[in-house]
Amino acid sequence: MHEQNKGKRVMIDGSRLIIESLARAGADAFIGYPITPANLLYLYGSQRMDLMFSAPDEITTLQWMSGLSATGKLPVTATSFPGFALMIESINMAYMMELPMVIVLVQRLGPATGTATCGAQGDLLLLKGMMSGGHPLPVLSTSGFEDCWELSEKAVEVALKLRTPVVLLTSKEEVMTQKSFSLEKLSAITPKEKPFYNLDCEYKSYKPTDLVPDFLPVTQEKHQVRFNASTHDQQGILQHSNEEAMANTRRLEEKVVEKMKDFLFYELDEQKGAQKLLVAYGISSQAARDALKALREAGEKVSLLIPKTLLPAPDGYLEIFNLYNKVVIAEESINNQLGDVIYGRCKPSHLHFVGSIGKMITPEEIMKEVKA
Amino acid sequence: MNTQILKTASLPYCKGCGHDLIAKHTVKGLEKLGYLPLDVIMVTDIGCHGIIDKCLNTHTVHGLHGRSVALGAGITFGLENPGKKVVVFIGDGGSTIGLQHIMEAARLNLNMTVVVHNNMLYGMTGGQTSGLTPQGFRTTTSYEGNPFDGYDICALSNKAGASYVSRILGIGDISDKMAIALGTKGFSLVEIMEICPSYGVKLNPKRKLQEVVAASGKEPGEWINQRRTFSHQQGKKIGNLLEKTVEIKKTFKHYLKGPKSVVLSGSAGEGVQLAATLLSKAAMRSGLSITQKGSYPVTVGVGFSTAEINLSQKNINFHGIGVPDTVIITSADGLAHNKKRIELMQGGTLFIDSSLEVPPTGAKVMQHNFRGIGARNAAIYAVLFFALKTGFISTESLFKTIEEEGKAEKLPITKIKEALVE
Ligand SMILES: Cc1ncc(C[n+]2csc(CCOP(=O)(O)OP(=O)(O)O)c2C)c(N)n1
Ligand code: SF4
Repeated sequence: MHEQNKGKRVMIDGSRLIIESLARAGADAFIGYPITPANLLYLYGSQRMDLMFSAPDEITTLQWMSGLSATGKLPVTATSFPGFALMIESINMAYMMELPMVIVLVQRLGPATGTATCGAQGDLLLLKGMMSGGHPLPVLSTSGFEDCWELSEKAVEVALKLRTPVVLLTSKEEVMTQKSFSLEKLSAITPKEKPFYNLDCEYKSYKPTDLVPDFLPVTQEKHQVRFNASTHDQQGILQHSNEEAMANTRRLEEKVVEKMKDFLFYELDEQKGAQKLLVAYGISSQAARDALKALREAGEKVSLLIPKTLLPAPDGYLEIFNLYNKVVIAEESINNQLGDVIYGRCKPSHLHFVGSIGKMITPEEIMKEVKA
Repeated sequence: MNTQILKTASLPYCKGCGHDLIAKHTVKGLEKLGYLPLDVIMVTDIGCHGIIDKCLNTHTVHGLHGRSVALGAGITFGLENPGKKVVVFIGDGGSTIGLQHIMEAARLNLNMTVVVHNNMLYGMTGGQTSGLTPQGFRTTTSYEGNPFDGYDICALSNKAGASYVSRILGIGDISDKMAIALGTKGFSLVEIMEICPSYGVKLNPKRKLQEVVAASGKEPGEWINQRRTFSHQQGKKIGNLLEKTVEIKKTFKHYLKGPKSVVLSGSAGEGVQLAATLLSKAAMRSGLSITQKGSYPVTVGVGFSTAEINLSQKNINFHGIGVPDTVIITSADGLAHNKKRIELMQGGTLFIDSSLEVPPTGAKVMQHNFRGIGARNAAIYAVLFFALKTGFISTESLFKTIEEEGKAEKLPITKIKEALVE
């Protein structure tokens, strides 16, 4: 945090915090195509990042980002479902090529174009299933201004450490609402290291050390670098399905599952003796915080879990769920996508759901379900 | 260091495939220009031409079908050394699925060379008709001959602004012609005409390349634009977005008890969002926490404009407003947008312009001539009136905010003050 900002009380939105944090953490390029409700991120990104490019569509956006990433830059974009849908094949490409980048996904009401100016939490299952092969894509979800700051930094760190695209999941109400906020609450952010291979001995683009291959950009002339989105061996040469190539494809999954264990973020407010657990992420966690307070004031014993690392789904959440007789998930959808991520289609009877579309879930709706 | 760009002379294509000639002569062209392998970044598309990577000592980037030009464009954005060369290999199929990317790279005149392997059909997927297949040319999906004419990718690229475009027949030594394109500053595209032996030659047995090209009317040639090449045109940057935010210090007192939600609504262009921001900042100046969000139709210049504000002594988590405590309506648009909410109010206060019909409501109604001060000033006047009547915050805090935000000159402050006194 810059000294002069200490204690400064301002009116601010989440978009500004996200972009500033990403930039401080080391993001150096913003590529965008306009879409509500991600337009503030686009505006701030264009003002703040060293490099900024206006792409003619979202496929181009992701391809330009991938090209920049191959040169050693850390590119960022922000979009909403319609744009994200166009990016999916290219995100698969970047994942396969192991190119670091951050995609801020601002959820809005779907399906399709839906309602551009209405928030939602309807994209989690899409994120879970968007990689061909079922590979997990790291997804971090913000639940308040502090998270816009801290998780954006973490998103950059994950992208660089794991050599992967990362999705920072948020929603309209989180990035477009102005709030009074004290900048004192913001932690210091140090630029994340871009670890490049620096040895003289032979370099193989996809030879892993501890699951993650060393990175080298195509801008240097010491070693040959290959980036490949087709099935490939350690050298990055296209293969049909030989052993080395399959090991590489398997490693991509293992890399994210294993390495994301170092990036397990959640908030757990436990109450002694509570048999009920309230679970909410993203925008709904704000109503959940109010509901928790009111429930406790009314003598109800409740704990609150706010998951922030959403994908790959950490095993730890199920372990926490299992400690309670009643679990209530609040999510601005009609189909309990978080429940699906944790349990699949066979949800246990102690799992309850408060959902909504077209409007935010209120603390009262959550309280009613927890009490019932 | 290996100075040879090509690892092997035996390339992985079907016998007689024109891709072989293109790859070898692209490499020869690069070598004629003095490029060392690791100065070259070869971006290859999906298609038969794209399986060349393993034969190259250059950096290789093998992406998606049709996207290689955009991927290559991204690389050019990140290259700081002008001695580097980005070359994209793409097929006729790839150039239509990714047509937008070619047009964009040509328009921006990015420093790169695109080599279009036009073998007149989709080779890798079984010889189907592509967007560049000439009229009358037979493919596995147009057995009677393609009924449509193909795109002229050269004309399109030239029109889009490419520095250099050429169409050449894939026969003989084409390395000098390749070198011209490869040596051009800015965007260059070479369309090389060939016929895929495995599908094209088989299905069009009696036809020669020259004849097919001549019949299509797309003769070899060169097209040049004298244009500035791409350079980073970055606007002025803000080094710290947080410094741009204005500190709001507590200098006034508030008289709010418990949290209050306020909906302010009027017509677009009548300063509703500005009035809401001034109210929010004045509330912060009075020591309150606030949230504020706007709501308006996609066409921001017409129809309603609504702002939702929460005021509280404490930190605000949930900022949604169901049935508000206070509604302030300054125009018919605003009333129409909030009529339902007003009807649901069981208490609280409705401030409404006296020209409007009051809907049935449980709220206390205060009618006032907000628009009398001028439609453009109605919202800010209504907010001041709200402050005066509720006493949640002082009108002084609002006037101070108006002044600090530099809005005082634009508003008839004296007139407003007089109206408030009345
Ligand atoms: C998005 C997408 N659609 C379709 C394909 C299938 N596909 C692979 S190669 C190809 C066509 C290749 O034709 P062309 O680009 O002309 O190259 P050639 O094989 O003739 O060299 C297609 C359609 C794909 N890989 N990706
Ligand atoms: S199928 Fe056609 S384009 Fe593909 S390698 Fe064979 S001859 Fe060449």
